[in-house]
Amino acid sequence: MTSIADRIAGPSVPGAAAPPAPAETAAPASVAAPAITFPAVGERELRLDLFRGLALWLIFIDHLPPNLLTWFTIRNYGFSDATEIFIFISGYTAAFVYGRAMQDAGFIVATARILRRVWQIYVAHVFLFTIFLAEISYVATSFENPLYTEEMGIMDFLKQPDVTIVQALILRFRPVNMDVLPLYIVLMLFLPLILWLMRWRPDVTLGLSVVLYAVTWEFDLYLSAYPNGFWAFNPFAWQLLFVFGAWCALGGAKRMSRILNSPVTLGICVAYLVAAFFVTLTWYIPQLGHLMPRRIEQWMYPIDKTDLDVLRFAHFLALAALTVHYLPKDWPPLKSRWLRPLIVCGQHSLEIFCLGVFLAFAGHFVLAEVSGGAMMHALISLSGILAMWGVASLISWYKREADKGAARKGARSNADMAGGG
Amino acid sequence: MKSVSWLRFGVAALAISLAGVARAEDAPQNCEVPAYLLTTESPLSKVADAVKNGRPLDILVVGSRSSAIVSASDANAYPARLQAALKERLPSVPVNISVELQPKKTAEETAANFVKLVEGKRPNLVIWQTGTVDAMRSIDPDEFRQAVNDGVATLQNAGADVILMNLQYSPRTETLISVPPYIDNMRVVAQQRDIPLFDRFAIMRQWNEQGDFDLFNPTHGIELAKQVHDCLGRALSKFIIDAAHLGPAQQN
Repeated sequence: MTSIADRIAGPSVPGAAAPPAPAETAAPASVAAPAITFPAVGERELRLDLFRGLALWLIFIDHLPPNLLTWFTIRNYGFSDATEIFIFISGYTAAFVYGRAMQDAGFIVATARILRRVWQIYVAHVFLFTIFLAEISYVATSFENPLYTEEMGIMDFLKQPDVTIVQALILRFRPVNMDVLPLYIVLMLFLPLILWLMRWRPDVTLGLSVVLYAVTWEFDLYLSAYPNGFWAFNPFAWQLLFVFGAWCALGGAKRMSRILNSPVTLGICVAYLVAAFFVTLTWYIPQLGHLMPRRIEQWMYPIDKTDLDVLRFAHFLALAALTVHYLPKDWPPLKSRWLRPLIVCGQHSLEIFCLGVFLAFAGHFVLAEVSGGAMMHALISLSGILAMWGVASLISWYKREADKGAARKGARSNADMAGGG
Repeated sequence: MKSVSWLRFGVAALAISLAGVARAEDAPQNCEVPAYLLTTESPLSKVADAVKNGRPLDILVVGSRSSAIVSASDANAYPARLQAALKERLPSVPVNISVELQPKKTAEETAANFVKLVEGKRPNLVIWQTGTVDAMRSIDPDEFRQAVNDGVATLQNAGADVILMNLQYSPRTETLISVPPYIDNMRVVAQQRDIPLFDRFAIMRQWNEQGDFDLFNPTHGIELAKQVHDCLGRALSKFIIDAAHLGPAQQN
């Protein structure tokens, strides 16, 4: 078990990894010491992998039509959902991996590597779009239920493939469920800038991010989409989670640990989560609705996902604080066999995310073409998760073997895959 | 060889579907709706007044294309089925229903016509089915909410009770139309303006899950649509009677 964790623990370039780098120590003392510290090589944060794996499973289940398993996804128990976890951890790991690269190899090289990663994600997105187009074209030509004459009008975009495909390539046309990768692409594009600022003043960078978030809310900034509308995840707002993740990775989490462990913080978190749970309960059991004070309802609704509502962000923070407190880094089950499926999925997040989107398409298709019973739903969800686990294990195995070969030749291991995606 | 087996398959499928149609015509479709989807805290006082004072019930249905199967005067679509169900349950009350289809119009565009519509018809109750066009065009949910809110206010000021009806559950287009923001915002407006919301989406999804209807069905025939609309009309009649607190006394 430990060998896998060790193997992909950051870009383990022999020799170059001994922090602090000489350039850092040579910095004049008057400059505030950058609060960036990298954990020693070999300390892969299995908790990150675990929760990213969990987020990937939950995103997959949430993308399927509602079924029994949907009740296990966290969006039914509070304001935030798996997307928050995914973006936060992506920010954290990206900053961790490429922050180290920037420290070791400099801004230019790190930027080049980030851009290569962006390219990979873009290609993955286009690949998924192709599959989506195939499925939709099939549905459009084979489905003519008079009950849905109106809804089928949405297929009209197929009549203009010239416009649609170009708009998809410039990320303006995104079908439902394909919103996360474009957001991720944009966030990663700005990662060099974020990291560069973070190395200068982490707290100022986080502050700027908060300002951008506030400005977004105040002036209603957004990116438009095709044929109309806007990006379902507004990058101007969601960058906050990504930057916050990066800030935590580069030492913020350590500096916050005293606040995080104070009983007051934990109490507030628990109270907030309980309150959020009660509010979500009123969505599913409308009889409870009259217990909600109308004043609060009017203030609270709608809870906006597009612009990452403050209530959602706070809910994620509370969840994260409690998780970090009650699941220590060396929590024994992290090394157990039972959590391996989740962890191994979290370690190959880009591949498994794409697979999840594809499986959700395929699941919709099977439900539509074969049958739509509850059993079929459950079966599709379960086999989808098994497929994600299987493919993740396969990739792990392949990389292990490839790394062995590379090590024999003395080549550098591929650091980009170190969970940076 | 292959063509023969396809032919046999086709014949078998035809036989099965004919049997299905025959059965459907024998008995009304089973489409129970859980009670919580048909109860509301918000009253329909204008409807209650009219019924108690023996005045006729004038209902106006304003909707997009999914409020009809073939055309607005369709006797199989849910507005006509609602009328039939209300007549059955409230035999002593004259029920008039008129339908105004506003195909391909957003909530905002539809609401712009409300003053004119209500002036002409003076309904006690307006059932406003909306959201589908806005969802398909990805109208900003905030603007959608504002438009629905303003539209409802216009109708209320004109002296009508209002019921909002949300989108259809359409599993085939789920990957194309982002429905949740529009449903959520309609719920918000209903709460803020204290009016009943007929949750067509949840009800149809329930039917699909219970196995009453297979809404994934790629059928070209009209039978499924007829049955779904019949069930919607009946559910809507229960919903109205419940919201207006029309007890058994009026129902006799």
